[in-house]
Formats: sequence, C-alpha cells, structure tokens
Amino acid sequence: MATDFYDIDSALSEEERAVRDTIRAFVDEEVLPIIGDCYIEGRFPKELVPKMAELGMFGANLPEEYGCAGLNNVSYGLIMQELERGDSGVRSFASVQGALVMYPIFAFGSEEQKRHYLPKMASGEIIGCFGLTEPDYGSNPSGMITRAREQKDGSWVLNGAKMWITNGSTAQVAIVWAKTGDEKSDKSIRGFVVPTDAPGFSAKDQKGKLSLRASDTSELVLQDVKVPATALLPKSGGIKSPLMCLTQARYGIAWGAMGAAMACYEEALAYAGNRVMFGRPIGGFQLQQQRLADMLTELVKGQLLALHVGRLKDAGTFLPQQVSLAKRNNVSVATDIAREARRLLGANGILAEYASMRHMANLESVYTYEGTHDIHTLILGQAVTGLSAFEN
Amino acid sequence: MDVRFKVGADAISLDETGLKFDINDFDAWAVEAALQLREKNAGSEVTAISLGPDVVQETIRKALSMGADRGVQLKADKVPFDGLAIATALAAELKTGGYDLILFGKMSPDSSNGVVGPMTAELLALPCVTAISSLAIEGGKGTAKRELEGAQEIVEFQLPAVLTVDEGLNTARYPSLKGIMAAKKKPLDVKPAQLPTPQVTVRKLELPPERKAGRIIGEGATAVPELIRLLQSEAKVL
Amino acid sequence: MANVFAFVESRGSELRKVGLEAVTAARTLADDSGGGEVHAMVLGPTGIAGKAQQIAQYGADVMLVVEHADLANYSPEVATATAAERIKAGGYRGAIFSTSAQGRDLAPRVAARLGVSVVTDVLSFEVDGEAIIVRHPINIGKVIATLAISGKPAVIAMRPNVISPAQNAKAGRVENVPPAIDPKSARVIVKETKQGTSGKLDLAEAPVVIAGGRGLKVAENFKLVEELAAAFGNAAVGATRAVTDDGWRPHSDQIGQTGRLVSPELYIAVGISGAVQHLAGMRTSKTIVAINKDKDAPIFKIADYGLVGDVFEIIPALTAAVREAKKHH
Repeated sequence: MATDFYDIDSALSEEERAVRDTIRAFVDEEVLPIIGDCYIEGRFPKELVPKMAELGMFGANLPEEYGCAGLNNVSYGLIMQELERGDSGVRSFASVQGALVMYPIFAFGSEEQKRHYLPKMASGEIIGCFGLTEPDYGSNPSGMITRAREQKDGSWVLNGAKMWITNGSTAQVAIVWAKTGDEKSDKSIRGFVVPTDAPGFSAKDQKGKLSLRASDTSELVLQDVKVPATALLPKSGGIKSPLMCLTQARYGIAWGAMGAAMACYEEALAYAGNRVMFGRPIGGFQLQQQRLADMLTELVKGQLLALHVGRLKDAGTFLPQQVSLAKRNNVSVATDIAREARRLLGANGILAEYASMRHMANLESVYTYEGTHDIHTLILGQAVTGLSAFEN
Repeated sequence: MDVRFKVGADAISLDETGLKFDINDFDAWAVEAALQLREKNAGSEVTAISLGPDVVQETIRKALSMGADRGVQLKADKVPFDGLAIATALAAELKTGGYDLILFGKMSPDSSNGVVGPMTAELLALPCVTAISSLAIEGGKGTAKRELEGAQEIVEFQLPAVLTVDEGLNTARYPSLKGIMAAKKKPLDVKPAQLPTPQVTVRKLELPPERKAGRIIGEGATAVPELIRLLQSEAKVL
Repeated sequence: MANVFAFVESRGSELRKVGLEAVTAARTLADDSGGGEVHAMVLGPTGIAGKAQQIAQYGADVMLVVEHADLANYSPEVATATAAERIKAGGYRGAIFSTSAQGRDLAPRVAARLGVSVVTDVLSFEVDGEAIIVRHPINIGKVIATLAISGKPAVIAMRPNVISPAQNAKAGRVENVPPAIDPKSARVIVKETKQGTSGKLDLAEAPVVIAGGRGLKVAENFKLVEELAAAFGNAAVGATRAVTDDGWRPHSDQIGQTGRLVSPELYIAVGISGAVQHLAGMRTSKTIVAINKDKDAPIFKIADYGLVGDVFEIIPALTAAVREAKKHH
C-alpha cells in the first residue's frame, strides 16, 4: 500500500481498487526488478508483453465483445498510473497499443477491421504503432506531408516519413495518417492500417536517446507502400480523427505522470527516513521537509485532477480541453517532483538503483510528446479566450 | 508495507482506522491451489467462503476475480479470536456442500493462531493434512509434502479431505482485469454465521515493548574484536 | 487440585526438546493449580518405551506410552484419537502441546474433538480462578493478546524455546496405552519422514541463529554463514524469503512473515537489508547483530550492534574470533 494522504481510495470503487492492485502487484514483481537495467541497456522489456496482455492491459477500456476488459475510464487511468510507477516507457507501450492503435480501429474502423484486429491486439498477438508525427511536423500535425494516393482499383499508395514512433520497430501494423487530397488542407487526412512487412515500409530505431530508454522509438519510412482498400479506416476523416486518439492517450498520461510522481515521492520519503547525516535522518531537516510537503501537495492535487476528469469521461460529458489541462499540469508537476526527489537522494540519486533520475529523464519526453506543454497552454488559451494563438 | 497497529479505546480490539484489509498470502495460495485443481479436473467448481463482516466480501471477490466460481459470506459483526467458534460456523456451512477438497491457508496473520483448518476437519470428521508445500491428487487419493523442523514428511491421504496450505506450494496468480469484471457477475451468497459462544476471549491487547535503539559499532573486519567484546560483556551471549 | 496432560513430541524413536518443554510447562501449571499430577503422553515405534523414563526427570508423574510398530512416523489420526480419548477420560485441567509443525497439526484436532478451543504460540500462562490466562502474539507479533480460556481442559501449545526444560524428577510410572485406532486404518498416513541436510539444531530451538540474505550474492556463499554457525557450535542457519524463493535454501529455513518466527538469544543478520517481511520473523530476538555494506539499510535500525562493511571480509574474521573466544571457555 502506498501513500494515500487524501484517502483517494475512498473515492474509488472496489473494482477500481482491485484493478489498481493487480497492476501494482505486476509492476512490483515483474517490472521493477528489471527496469533499471533495461533503461541502461536501452531496451524495452518485450518479454513482459504476453503477461501484460494476459492481465488484459491493452485497450482495457474497450468493449468485451472485442476481447477487451471493458473497464471504465477511471480504471484505465489507474492502469496507466501503476504502469508508469514502473516506467514511462512501459506505460507508453500500453498507451500506444490501447489508445493509439486499438482505439482508432474501434472508433474509425469497419466492423470487419474491428473483429479482425482488436482481439489479437488485446492478446498481444499483434502489436501496433501510431504514425502521425513527422520529422518536420510535430506540434503541427496538420502540416504533414505524408500522402496517400488512391489507385484505380481502390487500393492506396502511401509515401512519406514518420518520426518518434513508439513501438515502430516491433509493430506488425502501423496506423498511418496521411493526406489523401489537397496537401495544404488537413481535411483530407485519413487513417490507414498498414502492415509493417509491406514492401516499401521500413522502420529504424532512433539511437542516442537520453530519455524513455526502455522503449522502442523509431522512424518510419513509406516508399510507395501499397495497401488494399480494406486498409483505410472508413470513418476517419480530417485532423480531428488522430486528435481524438491523442485525447485518449493524453487522458491516460495525466494518470501515468502521477504514477511516476508517486514512485519518486515514495522513494524520497523512504530515503529521508533512513539516510542519517549530522546525527539524524535527513527527513528531520526543514529543507527536506519542505521538499516533501511540496511534492505531496502537487501529488494530491494531480491525482484529484486525474480522477475528476476520469469521472467526467465516464459520464460522457468531458471535453478534450479538460484532458489538456490535466495532461499539462500533471506532467509538469511530475517533472518537478522527480527532480526534487532526485535532489533529496543526494549522490545516490544519480544511480540507476534509485528510480527518481530515470523518471526525471523519462518525464522530459512525456512533457514533450502527446502535445507539448506549450501546445496545451495554447489549447487552454484558445478554449478560454476564443482566440487562437497557434498561427498568423 | 510496515503497518503500525494501535490498540482501540476498549483495550480489547484493534483501532481499525486507516487499516486496509486484503487476502493474506496463505489464503491466496490456497485459492491458487483450488484453481489449479479445477483446471486439471474438468467439471469442477471452486467456492470461496469467508466468515466476517461485509468487508470480507472484497476478499471473496478477490478469489472470484482470480477465477473462483462462487462465493459465500458467513456474516458476523466481528471475527472472534476463538478458532473453535469459527470452525463450528464453517463446518455447519461446509457439511452439505459435497466438497471433495476443502482448502485453508495455514494461518491467518490476524489471529496468528493457525487452528481453524484442522479444527474444521475434525468437526466434519474428514481426513486432514496441514501445512502442505506440495500436492498431487490422483483418483480419489492425494500425496502431499509437509515441512518439519529440519525434515520433511511425505503424506498420503484419501479424499474427501481438508488441506491447509503453506508457502512453497505455488505462486498465486494476479487477478486479470477481465477476471475482476467477471467477479461482479458471479454469485456471492450472504448468510448469517452460526457462531457459538466463544470459549476464548480477549482480556487485553497491548503493543510489545519497543526495542532499545542500537548502534553501528564500526566498519569492516577491524570492528570484529569490538563486537566480540560487546557480545561477551554487554549482551552476555557469548 | 488438578492433573495436567502434556504431549511429548517425538520423531522416530527420539524425544524432541519441545516435548520436554511441554512437560515442564505442564508441571508448572499443575503446581499453580494447587498441585496435581502431570501425565505425559508419547507415541512411537518399538523402543520408545525405553526413552519414556527421561520424561519423568522433567516432572511427569505418569508416562502414557503408546508404543506400536506402525508408529515410526507421526500418525495424526492415531495421535488425535489416542490423546483425545485419554484427555477426556482423565478430566485434566490443561493439555499442553508445543507449537512445532507437529504441535500445530495435533493440538487443534485434539481440542476440536474434545469440544474445546486452543491457543497456539503461547508465551506464558497463569491461572485465574476458573480461567487460564495466556499471552499470545497476534498480527505476526506486532500486538500481544492476553486471552482467557474458559473451556476445560485448556488446550495450549507453547511457543518453542520460551520454557526451558527443568529438572524436577518424579517417580514416574509408565502406563502402556494402546493406540485408540489401528494405525493401518488411518485415512492419513505419513509414508516417510525425510531428514533434511540442515544441522541437528532447529531454528526455533537454537540459542544462536545466523541468517543470510541477498548480500551473499550467490547460494554457494552460504558456506560462510554455515562456518560461522559451526564456530558458535549452538547455532542454526536461517535465510530470507528472497533467497528461499530463489531456491538457495529450503523454504523451511525462511525466517519471516510467512516463514519461521524465531526468538534466539543472539541473531546475526548477514547481508540482509531488513525488509519488513523479514523483521517480522526475528524482531523478538534478544540481541541482534547486523552486517551489511549499506549503512542506510533498514536492518541497522533494529540491530543492537551493526557492522558496516563487506560481508566477505567481516564474516571470516568474525568466525575466527568466535572460535578463539569459544576456546577460552
């Protein structure tokens, strides 16, 4: 059992707590013992995928009829929280698989596509990745240049490059977003389920990362990749489609960031109680107590924020801008909590034996992806003023 | 997690504020053993039974989410310390169940008494093997291993039987998320526990005295002579 | 004036120390209840009767010897039936067992058959009018409960090693008691009792316990711990759950929340960080010594004496020093 200073457990149902407990046990027993080494080696622990699938972590909030667990959104959030207590890279894998691969198939796919892909993705048999971001189009996905040209026989030919794609090199399918018409407009953007073994498709791991090292991050190149008509996600259309997927993922990340923050706070608290300097535990010194109090305060606030947006999502009344607020706040405070924890740990805090610096480095990626902090700032600015600060 | 207990104002019960209840390890291994047996014996059914106030329903549902088929709560306001009282209530429920095997954890950390399993077996006049660390069932007979102090017993027994489970028998599975969802739909019957008047009652609960703070006496092999001196003169154990 | 029953545990043809503890405890209870006899039962194969006279040395007035060729191994059903039958007929004030693996198996069955309750892991007892009051740790020893037992007989299983077998010779007449059921008819049969490779001294009996943990790096390094135990001469070797889960040592060596609870005079923790789970099993040891390379390891908070440093340097040095110290006694 961990810190629950505001008894948030009492605001969770028994089922939600059971979901949280099972993922927590999995992370404690299977992820934490190996993740420090994986991070140093720069390797995603792929061997955990079957177990994660068996527990039902992929697409957990999608319906049971597609082989998924059919959980509510608060439960989904708790899964992300607990996975990211382990590592942001592990949680990213689940976020991509669930929110960015299974969700678009569920939301925009044909019944046939849903029945073909979703159960196999829930079971981990098919791993997917999400191809939206490009080398020159990150915060502005509407500017993408990846193109899909329809052929006379109804098939499509895709050309372009995507970058910063989690699971890219291990995925069997890629959900690729491409413009099917006028390059200057984002209205023609549509989604395609592209098998990664299609001729012309290649994925290459991006090396030299100092963050999210226990995760596969790849470039994708599509050179005249031909896919049948059945690869198109029929209900997709416009930039709105991939943005809806991002909203799903961002929601999970608002929870996940708090998971990382919890891990750092608890590590710092335990250390402060054991580490003796000047004749007593450092937790007794005012400056460390201030650190801990500040960390705890932001942790509680962030958890309550995530919980409330989860309840709104379950009620069906939520707005993407509410998710933006939660993602922006929670990731930002999590980076602070991780850094402060790292500092409290002193020299020991730079070792992989302790989690805080790994979380600190990871959270820089989380700050930047799924909409940078700054982008969410503008989303909120536009939401409240009605004025867009995005472009001239 | 290091739980610190507080004695309640009445001095004979624990202050339960802030305490979280969960299935204990021995019971989880017992549930796992039952599930593994069900997997090997098609057509079997696993029933999870617990005695106590409504909070035990969560523990029963944990067993259901691991895969048990149905649950029974023998409802009682408080779980008495008296193992015979608990065993009596359980035996009344189990008598008509037609069970081939009844599994218990070796001991509950709460009472730390470890008697309910064998007492229930006696009341049901069933064969019983306690503290098993390995188990094989074949054609109405079973073989189990028990750890003794510095030795092991190999035991054979007939079914139906009562077994209590020790560490080492298995590793309990995590409830899957689908299992957690499915648990809500499985039947959980609530019946009043038929508890007799207890013969063992709590007179007082108290916390054990805190150990005196110790000290680090030195570093490396050079500290060994000082340790010997302290063990001889101060602690007087050498 | 009341008689008290004691169950003397045996293994094969040998009496176990915990069995003699039960006799001493029964003697105390009988004396505290206004005087009375102690009747001590022991079961075993042919030849056990020869050992019975020892029991009289510890205060037994009558030895109830159940000797039978088919009792080379423990028989729960024979022991239960025979003990319960005799206790019922004898009208005893109390029935004392030990909280050993066998005692945990037997005492509850006997109690249930007699229609009375049982308290195990008893630290101490006293007579209070019609009730017998016992102290028993609950919540894995984090709380001590004082309990009143109203049933007769009061069935109690003592914690091993809290009572020292005390010489209190009585005349001790032997009564041969046949098994209450035919051992071959039992529905639970112990086919074999396999002696383990650990030394003669059990963790619960040894005055000194030396436990090893992950800090020893590999299973082979437990040799260092065994050598230290040998230097003491009266020590048993234990282990943490981490190393028993990994198969370095048998589960029965595990000291901790789900393993053995020990309370020796001296406990030495070698390369053990001090997880809460482990502390639960040894926290009541009289003197605790911890050796670990990490000075912030939680074990140092509970240790009376801590040594920070490399266990591979410290343990051999300690072993040599202990041998030297023992030589001069």
